[in-house]
Amino acid sequence: MKNLISMRDLSKEDIMRLMDTAAKIENGEIVPDMQRKLAALLFFEPSTRTMFSFDTAMKRMNGDTIIMSGTKNTSAKKGETFADTLQTIAQYSDIIIMRSPIEGAARYAAEVVDIPVVNAGDGANQHPTQALLDLYSIIKTQGKLENLKIGLAGDLRFGRTVHSLAQAMAVFGAEFKFISPSFLQMPEYIKDDLTEQNIKFEEFKDMEGNIDDLDILYVTRIQKERFADPEDYAKVKGSYVLNKTMLPNVKENFKVLHPLPRVDEIHTDVDDTKFAYYFPQAKNGVYTRQAIISILLGEV
Amino acid sequence: MNQIKMIKVNAIKNGTVIDHIAAGKALKVIDILTLTGNNAVMIGMNLVSNRIGKKDIVKIENRELSKEEVNSIALIAPSATLIIIKDFEVVNKTSFDMPEYVEEHIICPNPKCITNSEDIPSKFYINNAEIATARCVYCEKKYLVEDLRIKI
Ligand SMILES: [Zn+2]
Repeated sequence: MKNLISMRDLSKEDIMRLMDTAAKIENGEIVPDMQRKLAALLFFEPSTRTMFSFDTAMKRMNGDTIIMSGTKNTSAKKGETFADTLQTIAQYSDIIIMRSPIEGAARYAAEVVDIPVVNAGDGANQHPTQALLDLYSIIKTQGKLENLKIGLAGDLRFGRTVHSLAQAMAVFGAEFKFISPSFLQMPEYIKDDLTEQNIKFEEFKDMEGNIDDLDILYVTRIQKERFADPEDYAKVKGSYVLNKTMLPNVKENFKVLHPLPRVDEIHTDVDDTKFAYYFPQAKNGVYTRQAIISILLGEV
Repeated sequence: MNQIKMIKVNAIKNGTVIDHIAAGKALKVIDILTLTGNNAVMIGMNLVSNRIGKKDIVKIENRELSKEEVNSIALIAPSATLIIIKDFEVVNKTSFDMPEYVEEHIICPNPKCITNSEDIPSKFYINNAEIATARCVYCEKKYLVEDLRIKI
Protein backbone atom coordinates (compact mmCIF):
# COMPACT_ATOMS: atom_id res chain seq x y z
CA MET A 1 0.00 0.00 0.00
CA LYS A 2 1.47 3.31 -1.07
CA ASN A 3 -1.54 5.60 -0.60
CA LEU A 4 -5.05 5.37 0.82
CA ILE A 5 -7.36 7.02 -1.67
CA SER A 6 -10.47 4.88 -2.08
CA MET A 7 -12.05 1.78 -0.54
CA ARG A 8 -12.20 0.46 -4.11
CA ASP A 9 -8.44 0.05 -4.10
CA LEU A 10 -8.39 -2.20 -1.03
CA SER A 11 -8.50 -5.98 -1.15
CA LYS A 12 -10.02 -8.01 1.66
CA GLU A 13 -6.44 -8.79 2.74
CA ASP A 14 -5.52 -5.08 2.87
CA ILE A 15 -8.57 -4.40 5.04
CA MET A 16 -7.78 -7.28 7.40
CA ARG A 17 -4.17 -6.15 7.72
CA LEU A 18 -5.36 -2.67 8.68
CA MET A 19 -7.82 -4.10 11.22
CA ASP A 20 -5.12 -6.30 12.70
CA THR A 21 -2.62 -3.44 12.93
CA ALA A 22 -5.20 -1.13 14.57
CA ALA A 23 -5.96 -3.84 17.15
CA LYS A 24 -2.25 -4.33 17.91
CA ILE A 25 -1.75 -0.60 18.29
CA GLU A 26 -4.75 -0.39 20.60
CA ASN A 27 -3.58 -3.21 22.87
CA GLY A 28 0.02 -2.02 22.88
CA GLU A 29 1.47 -4.96 21.00
CA ILE A 30 2.79 -2.53 18.39
CA VAL A 31 4.08 0.89 19.41
CA PRO A 32 4.83 2.79 16.20
CA ASP A 33 7.39 5.52 16.61
CA MET A 34 6.83 8.57 14.44
CA GLN A 35 9.45 10.72 16.11
CA ARG A 36 10.86 13.14 13.50
CA LYS A 37 7.95 12.30 11.18
CA LEU A 38 5.77 15.14 9.97
CA ALA A 39 2.26 14.81 8.57
CA ALA A 40 0.86 17.66 6.47
CA LEU A 41 -2.86 18.02 7.16
CA LEU A 42 -4.31 19.86 4.17
CA PHE A 43 -7.94 20.63 4.85
CA PHE A 44 -9.29 22.63 1.92
CA GLU A 45 -12.71 22.18 3.47
CA PRO A 46 -13.22 22.44 7.22
CA SER A 47 -13.78 19.25 9.19
CA THR A 48 -12.60 19.82 12.71
CA ARG A 49 -13.32 16.29 13.93
CA THR A 50 -11.53 14.46 11.16
CA MET A 51 -8.59 16.86 11.46
CA PHE A 52 -8.37 16.41 15.25
CA SER A 53 -8.54 12.66 14.85
CA PHE A 54 -5.57 12.61 12.44
CA ASP A 55 -3.69 15.17 14.55
CA THR A 56 -4.24 13.00 17.65
CA ALA A 57 -3.21 9.83 15.80
CA MET A 58 0.07 11.43 14.72
CA LYS A 59 0.83 12.92 18.15
CA ARG A 60 0.00 9.67 19.99
CA MET A 61 2.86 8.17 18.00
CA ASN A 62 5.26 11.00 18.89
CA GLY A 63 4.93 12.44 15.41
CA ASP A 64 4.13 16.00 14.51
CA THR A 65 1.81 17.80 12.13
CA ILE A 66 1.66 20.95 10.04
CA ILE A 67 -1.84 22.15 9.33
CA MET A 68 -3.28 24.10 6.44
CA SER A 69 -6.97 24.64 6.88
CA GLY A 70 -9.99 26.53 5.70
CA THR A 71 -9.00 27.95 2.34
CA LYS A 72 -10.50 26.45 -0.75
CA ASN A 73 -7.26 26.07 -2.59
CA THR A 74 -4.29 27.44 -0.70
CA SER A 75 -2.38 29.49 -3.21
CA ALA A 76 -5.02 29.78 -5.88
CA LYS A 77 -5.10 33.50 -5.21
CA LYS A 78 -1.43 33.83 -6.03
CA GLY A 79 -1.96 31.85 -9.24
CA GLU A 80 -0.03 28.80 -8.11
CA THR A 81 -1.31 25.52 -9.52
CA PHE A 82 -2.65 22.84 -7.21
CA ALA A 83 0.17 20.57 -8.38
CA ASP A 84 2.82 23.13 -7.33
CA THR A 85 1.21 23.59 -3.92
CA LEU A 86 1.31 19.83 -3.39
CA GLN A 87 4.90 19.51 -4.61
CA THR A 88 5.99 22.21 -2.19
CA ILE A 89 4.19 20.69 0.81
CA ALA A 90 5.72 17.33 -0.10
CA GLN A 91 9.20 18.85 0.36
CA TYR A 92 8.39 19.63 4.00
CA SER A 93 6.52 16.54 5.12
CA ASP A 94 6.56 12.72 5.18
CA ILE A 95 2.88 12.12 4.45
CA ILE A 96 0.00 14.23 3.13
CA ILE A 97 -3.46 13.88 4.65
CA MET A 98 -5.94 15.76 2.54
CA ARG A 99 -9.56 16.82 2.65
CA SER A 100 -11.10 18.60 -0.33
CA PRO A 101 -14.54 19.44 -1.70
CA ILE A 102 -13.20 18.52 -5.16
CA GLU A 103 -13.82 14.90 -6.13
CA GLY A 104 -10.67 13.06 -7.14
CA ALA A 105 -8.37 15.64 -5.51
CA ALA A 106 -6.59 13.02 -3.37
CA ARG A 107 -6.15 10.64 -6.33
CA TYR A 108 -4.57 13.47 -8.28
CA ALA A 109 -2.36 14.47 -5.33
CA ALA A 110 -1.06 10.91 -5.14
CA GLU A 111 -0.07 11.13 -8.82
CA VAL A 112 1.78 14.41 -8.28
CA VAL A 113 3.83 13.75 -5.14
CA ASP A 114 6.24 10.97 -4.16
CA ILE A 115 5.22 10.75 -0.51
CA PRO A 116 2.11 8.80 0.64
CA VAL A 117 -1.28 10.50 0.41
CA VAL A 118 -4.29 9.74 2.61
CA ASN A 119 -7.72 10.82 1.42
CA ALA A 120 -9.55 12.40 4.37
CA GLY A 121 -12.64 12.99 2.23
CA ASP A 122 -13.04 14.24 -1.35
CA GLY A 123 -16.46 15.84 -1.87
CA ALA A 124 -19.25 13.30 -2.18
CA ASN A 125 -16.80 10.66 -3.38
CA GLN A 126 -14.74 8.78 -0.78
CA HIS A 127 -13.81 8.98 2.89
CA PRO A 128 -11.91 5.71 3.32
CA THR A 129 -10.56 6.33 6.83
CA GLN A 130 -14.13 6.77 8.09
CA ALA A 131 -15.15 3.51 6.39
CA LEU A 132 -12.16 1.73 7.94
CA LEU A 133 -12.83 3.01 11.45
CA ASP A 134 -16.45 1.88 11.03
CA LEU A 135 -15.22 -1.56 10.01
CA TYR A 136 -12.85 -1.62 12.97
CA SER A 137 -15.73 -0.75 15.30
CA ILE A 138 -17.82 -3.53 13.78
CA ILE A 139 -15.10 -6.18 14.03
CA LYS A 140 -14.33 -5.13 17.63
CA THR A 141 -17.94 -5.42 18.75
CA GLN A 142 -18.98 -8.42 16.65
CA GLY A 143 -15.72 -10.38 16.55
CA LYS A 144 -16.03 -10.70 12.77
CA LEU A 145 -17.01 -8.83 9.61
CA GLU A 146 -18.60 -11.76 7.77
CA ASN A 147 -22.34 -12.32 7.38
CA LEU A 148 -23.67 -9.59 9.64
CA LYS A 149 -27.09 -7.97 9.46
CA ILE A 150 -26.66 -4.22 9.28
CA GLY A 151 -29.23 -1.43 9.44
CA LEU A 152 -28.38 1.91 7.86
CA ALA A 153 -30.73 4.69 8.93
CA GLY A 154 -31.22 8.39 8.14
CA ASP A 155 -29.99 10.22 5.07
CA LEU A 156 -28.90 7.39 2.81
CA ARG A 157 -28.98 9.45 -0.37
CA PHE A 158 -26.35 12.08 0.34
CA GLY A 159 -24.45 10.28 3.09
CA ARG A 160 -21.04 9.38 1.70
CA THR A 161 -20.29 7.46 4.90
CA VAL A 162 -23.16 5.02 4.48
CA HIS A 163 -22.29 4.48 0.81
CA SER A 164 -18.70 3.50 1.62
CA LEU A 165 -19.83 1.33 4.51
CA ALA A 166 -22.41 -0.50 2.39
CA GLN A 167 -19.81 -1.14 -0.31
CA ALA A 168 -17.17 -2.24 2.18
CA MET A 169 -19.49 -4.56 4.13
CA ALA A 170 -20.85 -6.09 0.91
CA VAL A 171 -17.40 -7.62 0.36
CA PHE A 172 -17.96 -9.51 3.62
CA GLY A 173 -21.41 -10.81 2.69
CA ALA A 174 -23.51 -8.49 4.85
CA GLU A 175 -27.28 -8.26 4.68
CA PHE A 176 -28.77 -4.76 4.85
CA LYS A 177 -31.86 -2.93 6.00
CA PHE A 178 -32.04 0.60 4.59
CA ILE A 179 -34.21 2.85 6.74
CA SER A 180 -34.93 6.33 5.33
CA PRO A 181 -37.59 8.73 4.05
CA SER A 182 -38.41 7.84 0.44
CA PHE A 183 -36.61 10.79 -1.10
CA LEU A 184 -33.45 10.10 0.93
CA GLN A 185 -33.20 6.45 -0.11
CA MET A 186 -29.98 4.66 -0.99
CA PRO A 187 -29.03 5.71 -4.55
CA GLU A 188 -29.70 3.31 -7.42
CA TYR A 189 -26.02 2.95 -8.33
CA ILE A 190 -25.20 1.61 -4.86
CA LYS A 191 -28.16 -0.75 -4.96
CA ASP A 192 -27.07 -1.93 -8.43
CA ASP A 193 -23.58 -2.64 -7.09
CA LEU A 194 -25.07 -4.67 -4.23
CA THR A 195 -27.42 -6.60 -6.51
CA GLU A 196 -24.48 -7.45 -8.76
CA GLN A 197 -22.73 -8.94 -5.72
CA ASN A 198 -25.85 -10.90 -4.69
CA ILE A 199 -26.18 -8.87 -1.49
CA LYS A 200 -29.62 -8.91 0.12
CA PHE A 201 -31.18 -5.60 1.15
CA GLU A 202 -34.63 -4.35 2.10
CA GLU A 203 -35.92 -0.78 2.40
CA PHE A 204 -38.04 0.62 5.22
CA LYS A 205 -39.54 3.95 6.26
CA ASP A 206 -39.48 3.41 10.03
CA MET A 207 -36.80 2.58 12.53
CA GLU A 208 -39.32 1.19 14.98
CA GLY A 209 -40.02 -2.52 14.50
CA ASN A 210 -37.08 -2.99 12.17
CA ILE A 211 -34.10 -3.22 14.49
CA ASP A 212 -34.65 -6.37 16.56
CA ASP A 213 -32.85 -8.70 14.15
CA LEU A 214 -29.86 -6.39 13.53
CA ASP A 215 -26.27 -6.80 14.67
CA ILE A 216 -25.41 -3.17 13.89
CA LEU A 217 -27.57 -0.07 13.49
CA TYR A 218 -25.68 2.75 11.82
CA VAL A 219 -27.53 6.04 12.33
CA THR A 220 -26.85 9.21 10.34
CA ARG A 221 -28.24 12.68 10.64
CA ILE A 222 -31.08 13.90 8.43
CA GLN A 223 -30.44 17.54 7.63
CA LYS A 224 -33.45 19.79 7.83
CA GLU A 225 -32.15 21.70 4.80
CA ARG A 226 -32.75 18.66 2.60
CA PHE A 227 -36.48 19.23 2.93
CA ALA A 228 -38.15 21.87 0.76
CA ASP A 229 -41.03 22.16 3.22
CA PRO A 230 -40.19 22.33 6.96
CA GLU A 231 -43.53 20.65 7.70
CA ASP A 232 -42.44 17.57 5.76
CA TYR A 233 -39.37 17.42 7.95
CA ALA A 234 -41.42 17.69 11.11
CA LYS A 235 -43.68 14.88 9.87
CA VAL A 236 -40.97 12.28 9.23
CA LYS A 237 -38.37 13.32 11.81
CA GLY A 238 -39.76 11.09 14.58
CA SER A 239 -39.44 7.95 12.46
CA TYR A 240 -35.65 8.26 12.47
CA VAL A 241 -34.95 8.99 16.11
CA LEU A 242 -33.66 6.09 18.16
CA ASN A 243 -34.63 6.03 21.83
CA LYS A 244 -34.36 3.61 24.72
CA THR A 245 -37.96 2.37 24.48
CA MET A 246 -37.14 0.79 21.11
CA LEU A 247 -34.39 -1.41 22.54
CA PRO A 248 -35.98 -4.11 24.80
CA ASN A 249 -35.94 -6.87 22.15
CA VAL A 250 -32.69 -6.19 20.33
CA LYS A 251 -29.99 -8.85 20.08
CA GLU A 252 -27.40 -9.27 22.85
CA ASN A 253 -24.58 -8.25 20.52
CA PHE A 254 -26.51 -5.29 19.05
CA LYS A 255 -24.55 -2.02 18.77
CA VAL A 256 -25.50 1.47 17.63
CA LEU A 257 -22.94 3.39 15.56
CA HIS A 258 -22.97 7.02 14.41
CA PRO A 259 -20.24 9.00 12.59
CA LEU A 260 -20.90 12.03 14.86
CA PRO A 261 -21.72 14.86 15.35
CA ARG A 262 -25.16 13.79 16.49
CA VAL A 263 -28.04 16.23 16.70
CA ASP A 264 -31.14 14.47 18.03
CA GLU A 265 -31.38 11.30 15.91
CA ILE A 266 -30.16 9.24 18.88
CA HIS A 267 -31.85 10.23 22.13
CA THR A 268 -29.39 10.75 24.97
CA ASP A 269 -31.24 8.05 26.96
CA VAL A 270 -29.56 5.50 24.68
CA ASP A 271 -26.10 6.68 25.77
CA ASP A 272 -26.15 4.74 29.06
CA THR A 273 -27.23 1.45 27.50
CA LYS A 274 -24.72 -1.21 26.57
CA PHE A 275 -25.83 -0.81 22.96
CA ALA A 276 -24.40 2.69 22.53
CA TYR A 277 -21.03 2.55 20.78
CA TYR A 278 -20.66 5.93 19.02
CA PHE A 279 -18.14 7.44 21.42
CA PRO A 280 -15.83 4.40 21.48
CA GLN A 281 -16.25 4.46 17.69
CA ALA A 282 -14.67 7.93 17.60
CA LYS A 283 -11.77 6.61 19.69
CA ASN A 284 -11.39 3.70 17.29
CA GLY A 285 -10.87 6.32 14.61
CA VAL A 286 -7.58 7.29 16.23
CA TYR A 287 -6.30 3.67 16.33
CA THR A 288 -7.40 3.11 12.75
CA ARG A 289 -5.66 6.28 11.55
CA GLN A 290 -2.53 5.37 13.51
CA ALA A 291 -2.55 2.01 11.72
CA ILE A 292 -3.03 3.64 8.29
CA ILE A 293 -0.22 6.15 8.81
CA SER A 294 2.13 3.48 10.22
CA ILE A 295 1.55 1.11 7.31
CA LEU A 296 1.97 3.84 4.69
CA LEU A 297 5.19 5.06 6.29
CA GLY A 298 6.51 1.51 6.52
CA GLU A 299 6.76 1.61 10.30
CA VAL A 300 4.93 -1.67 10.86
CA MET B 1 -18.65 1.87 -58.59
CA ASN B 2 -14.96 2.18 -59.23
CA GLN B 3 -15.27 5.90 -59.30
CA ILE B 4 -17.04 6.01 -55.93
CA LYS B 5 -14.35 3.82 -54.45
CA MET B 6 -11.74 6.21 -55.78
CA ILE B 7 -13.39 9.16 -54.14
CA LYS B 8 -14.00 7.50 -50.81
CA VAL B 9 -10.85 5.56 -50.19
CA ASN B 10 -8.18 6.23 -52.71
CA ALA B 11 -8.37 9.97 -52.79
CA ILE B 12 -5.45 10.36 -50.43
CA LYS B 13 -1.98 9.13 -51.18
CA ASN B 14 -0.81 8.51 -47.64
CA GLY B 15 -2.72 8.77 -44.42
CA THR B 16 -5.67 7.46 -42.44
CA VAL B 17 -9.28 6.79 -43.35
CA ILE B 18 -11.91 6.29 -40.68
CA ASP B 19 -14.80 4.60 -42.43
CA HIS B 20 -18.24 3.36 -41.34
CA ILE B 21 -18.64 6.01 -38.66
CA ALA B 22 -22.28 6.05 -37.52
CA ALA B 23 -24.01 8.88 -39.40
CA GLY B 24 -23.74 12.19 -37.60
CA LYS B 25 -20.66 11.27 -35.53
CA ALA B 26 -17.94 12.48 -37.96
CA LEU B 27 -17.61 15.85 -36.28
CA LYS B 28 -17.10 14.17 -32.90
CA VAL B 29 -14.29 12.17 -34.46
CA ILE B 30 -12.78 15.42 -35.76
CA ASP B 31 -13.00 16.87 -32.24
CA ILE B 32 -10.85 14.03 -30.92
CA LEU B 33 -8.12 14.49 -33.53
CA THR B 34 -5.69 17.29 -32.85
CA LEU B 35 -5.35 18.49 -36.40
CA THR B 36 -2.66 20.95 -37.27
CA GLY B 37 -3.16 23.21 -40.23
CA ASN B 38 -0.92 21.04 -42.39
CA ASN B 39 -3.03 17.94 -42.94
CA ALA B 40 -5.64 17.76 -45.68
CA VAL B 41 -8.87 16.50 -44.10
CA MET B 42 -11.98 15.28 -45.93
CA ILE B 43 -15.25 14.67 -44.21
CA GLY B 44 -18.17 12.83 -45.77
CA MET B 45 -21.49 12.72 -43.97
CA ASN B 46 -24.67 10.72 -44.48
CA LEU B 47 -23.21 8.61 -47.25
CA VAL B 48 -24.99 5.42 -48.24
CA SER B 49 -23.43 2.30 -46.75
CA ASN B 50 -24.45 -1.28 -47.50
CA ARG B 51 -23.26 -2.28 -44.08
CA ILE B 52 -24.73 0.29 -41.71
CA GLY B 53 -27.32 2.18 -43.77
CA LYS B 54 -25.99 5.71 -43.57
CA LYS B 55 -22.44 6.45 -42.60
CA ASP B 56 -19.90 9.19 -42.15
CA ILE B 57 -16.29 9.01 -43.27
CA VAL B 58 -13.16 10.98 -42.33
CA LYS B 59 -9.91 11.01 -44.30
CA ILE B 60 -6.72 12.66 -43.11
CA GLU B 61 -3.65 12.95 -45.26
CA ASN B 62 -0.15 12.22 -43.93
CA ARG B 63 -1.32 11.41 -40.47
CA GLU B 64 -1.46 8.32 -38.27
CA LEU B 65 -3.56 8.11 -35.14
CA SER B 66 -2.12 7.84 -31.65
CA LYS B 67 -3.25 5.01 -29.39
CA GLU B 68 -5.22 7.49 -27.29
CA GLU B 69 -6.99 8.83 -30.35
CA VAL B 70 -7.89 5.32 -31.49
CA ASN B 71 -9.26 4.49 -28.03
CA SER B 72 -11.37 7.63 -27.81
CA ILE B 73 -12.78 7.16 -31.33
CA ALA B 74 -13.65 3.56 -30.41
CA LEU B 75 -15.80 4.95 -27.59
CA ILE B 76 -17.87 7.33 -29.68
CA ALA B 77 -17.85 5.44 -33.00
CA PRO B 78 -17.52 1.74 -32.15
CA SER B 79 -18.80 0.65 -35.57
CA ALA B 80 -16.01 2.42 -37.47
CA THR B 81 -13.18 0.90 -39.50
CA LEU B 82 -9.63 2.19 -39.38
CA ILE B 83 -7.83 2.11 -42.72
CA ILE B 84 -4.18 2.98 -43.29
CA ILE B 85 -3.29 4.16 -46.79
CA LYS B 86 0.20 4.08 -48.26
CA ASP B 87 0.78 5.04 -51.88
CA PHE B 88 -2.95 4.90 -52.59
CA GLU B 89 -3.07 1.29 -51.33
CA VAL B 90 -4.93 0.01 -48.29
CA VAL B 91 -2.12 -1.45 -46.18
CA ASN B 92 -4.11 -2.12 -43.04
CA LYS B 93 -7.81 -2.32 -42.17
CA THR B 94 -8.99 -2.92 -38.60
CA SER B 95 -12.07 -2.37 -36.50
CA PHE B 96 -11.97 -0.10 -33.46
CA ASP B 97 -11.98 -2.32 -30.40
CA MET B 98 -13.61 -0.95 -27.28
CA PRO B 99 -10.64 -0.02 -25.07
CA GLU B 100 -10.35 -0.84 -21.38
CA TYR B 101 -9.00 2.60 -20.60
CA VAL B 102 -9.09 6.04 -22.24
CA GLU B 103 -7.17 9.17 -21.47
CA GLU B 104 -7.51 12.83 -22.34
CA HIS B 105 -10.32 13.31 -24.90
CA ILE B 106 -13.42 12.66 -22.81
CA ILE B 107 -15.03 15.20 -20.48
CA CYS B 108 -16.06 13.92 -17.05
CA PRO B 109 -19.74 14.94 -16.71
CA ASN B 110 -19.31 15.53 -12.95
CA PRO B 111 -18.85 19.30 -12.42
CA LYS B 112 -17.19 18.63 -9.04
CA CYS B 113 -14.57 16.34 -10.59
CA ILE B 114 -10.98 17.55 -10.38
CA THR B 115 -10.58 17.09 -14.15
CA ASN B 116 -13.03 19.97 -14.53
CA SER B 117 -11.28 22.35 -12.13
CA GLU B 118 -7.61 21.61 -12.85
CA ASP B 119 -6.00 21.47 -16.25
CA ILE B 120 -5.34 17.72 -16.22
CA PRO B 121 -6.30 14.94 -18.67
CA SER B 122 -9.35 12.89 -17.81
CA LYS B 123 -8.99 9.12 -17.38
CA PHE B 124 -11.71 6.49 -17.61
CA TYR B 125 -11.89 2.75 -17.13
CA ILE B 126 -14.34 1.22 -19.59
CA ASN B 127 -16.60 -1.71 -18.81
CA ASN B 128 -17.51 -3.16 -22.17
CA ALA B 129 -20.71 -4.87 -21.07
CA GLU B 130 -23.88 -5.07 -23.14
CA ILE B 131 -24.40 -1.44 -22.19
CA ALA B 132 -20.88 -0.03 -22.06
CA THR B 133 -20.04 2.14 -19.06
CA ALA B 134 -17.07 4.33 -18.13
CA ARG B 135 -15.82 5.05 -14.61
CA CYS B 136 -13.80 8.21 -13.98
CA VAL B 137 -10.46 7.38 -12.34
CA TYR B 138 -10.65 10.55 -10.22
CA CYS B 139 -14.23 11.12 -9.01
CA GLU B 140 -15.11 7.40 -9.48
CA LYS B 141 -18.54 8.20 -10.95
CA LYS B 142 -19.87 5.78 -13.53
CA TYR B 143 -21.45 6.89 -16.83
CA LEU B 144 -22.97 5.35 -19.92
CA VAL B 145 -20.39 5.53 -22.70
CA GLU B 146 -23.04 6.83 -25.11
CA ASP B 147 -23.62 9.85 -22.84
CA LEU B 148 -19.99 10.98 -22.79
CA ARG B 149 -18.91 14.16 -24.54
CA ILE B 150 -15.67 15.05 -26.27
CA LYS B 151 -13.36 17.79 -25.08
CA ILE B 152 -12.91 20.39 -27.80
ZN1 LIG C 1 -14.62 12.55 -12.82
